[in-house]
Amino acid sequence: MNTILFEILGAIATILLAFTVGMFYGGARRKIIARIQNRVGPPVYQNFIDVIKLYSKETSIHHGAMQHMGPVFAITASVTSLMFVPVLNGGGWFWFDNLSFSGDLIFLVYMMVFGSLGMALGAGQTGNPNSAIGVTRGLSQMVGYEIPFVMSMVALMTQFHTTSITGMMEIQAQSGTWMMFSNPFAFITAVLAMLGMFHYSPFDIVHAPAEVASGPVSEFGGKYLGLMMSSGSIFAFVKLTLFVNVFMGGASNLIELVVKTFALYMIPVLYGVTSPRYRTEQAITYFWKWPLFFGVISLLWAAF
Amino acid sequence: MYNDKNAQTIVEYIQNFTRKNSLFMLAYGTGCGAIELPATLTSRYDAERLGVRGAATPRQADLLLITGYLSTKTLKRVIRVYEQMQDPKYVIGFGSCTINGGMYWDSYNTIKLLDKYIPVDVYINGCMPRPESVIAGFKELQSLIAAGKADGAAKYKENLEWYRENQKKVLKNWPLVEYNW
Repeated sequence: MNTILFEILGAIATILLAFTVGMFYGGARRKIIARIQNRVGPPVYQNFIDVIKLYSKETSIHHGAMQHMGPVFAITASVTSLMFVPVLNGGGWFWFDNLSFSGDLIFLVYMMVFGSLGMALGAGQTGNPNSAIGVTRGLSQMVGYEIPFVMSMVALMTQFHTTSITGMMEIQAQSGTWMMFSNPFAFITAVLAMLGMFHYSPFDIVHAPAEVASGPVSEFGGKYLGLMMSSGSIFAFVKLTLFVNVFMGGASNLIELVVKTFALYMIPVLYGVTSPRYRTEQAITYFWKWPLFFGVISLLWAAF
Repeated sequence: MYNDKNAQTIVEYIQNFTRKNSLFMLAYGTGCGAIELPATLTSRYDAERLGVRGAATPRQADLLLITGYLSTKTLKRVIRVYEQMQDPKYVIGFGSCTINGGMYWDSYNTIKLLDKYIPVDVYINGCMPRPESVIAGFKELQSLIAAGKADGAAKYKENLEWYRENQKKVLKNWPLVEYNW
């Protein structure tokens, strides 16, 4: 009984950690973008203020059941994937034993798509034409970046004969080399796919505010927008922690985790702030050129 | 202060603090005033340091900025946009056109006083108001929100009939539904 209680407590603490870290990363991103544009920029905790305000807004829009379910699907997917990503080395954090099993990397590859699909259903229900355009763009872009991402993950799985994240972390701890060095092409592929996953500029074709009025979320205001912001920050933490676990040997304490994930987070942020937006077909062909090429190389590297 | 009936509870205080520091702005750029907003938001005046950022749609916005004159044709859209926004919502009338018609004071198809049609919280006068005065307007709105006095949405709900009457006086053959959710 006690252990289950501790597990639940640890899971809640993990969610809070992911939320806090993701929110601060979002604020740091806004600050960095502002500094690069020679502005002062909002404070680092601006995203917290935004989220509290959004949760305290009234929401009196009704377009149908799926519209209310869409944001819930998004945050369900984020939290579920968080439960399968080990936060620290050894799987646990704060009495929380991770839900990892032997095939959890394959499961995660599927689970990380679920949120976008839920969002697509929710946005489709609203009937806003901008939402429909945003959803089609988002799903096309997902087809673009998922293929290189899956290729890099499959390369790692075949090279190290394991499909579990904790197994990969143990291999890295035993051999002493990070997987970004033992299969560098898989790392390059995964980082290029990550650029698309974050939906930051130049791949922000889904939420492009000037083109499609923020796309799928155009009809969502107030609490739903707050729910999506929380889901997005938790999901950012999930992605970064997964990449750190798989490629950079995980982290033994929280400070190491923050340093590693923040360094990784700077790649999409700094690439985005200096690049204008791609068109939809440019974004998809981008993923199907160099990332796919590196993906094939990484598969060959893993096979031979 | 402790026994003051009008004092805010701590929840209200936190809510007002977050509301004033996070204004999602929908700029209704009908008139010439829209050209002042890029200068307000970009690197020289940088309104984002006050928490003001652009919102893409009325659903996400807190603050409706009417930049300049409103013809009766655009008034329909403004009413629709305002009613689609979610509570709490604020309106800033921008430029003298929203106060007394400005240089369009004797025009046949523009409205003179915006406050008769939708409740305005803060006016920024001038033709054109420079980015400094726009930021001063944001600051004024923030102090109103912090004091809990920016209650335009509640006023609109209470006096909906009066506002509708005024709107229908200008918009002959009323084109909208009874309330635009």
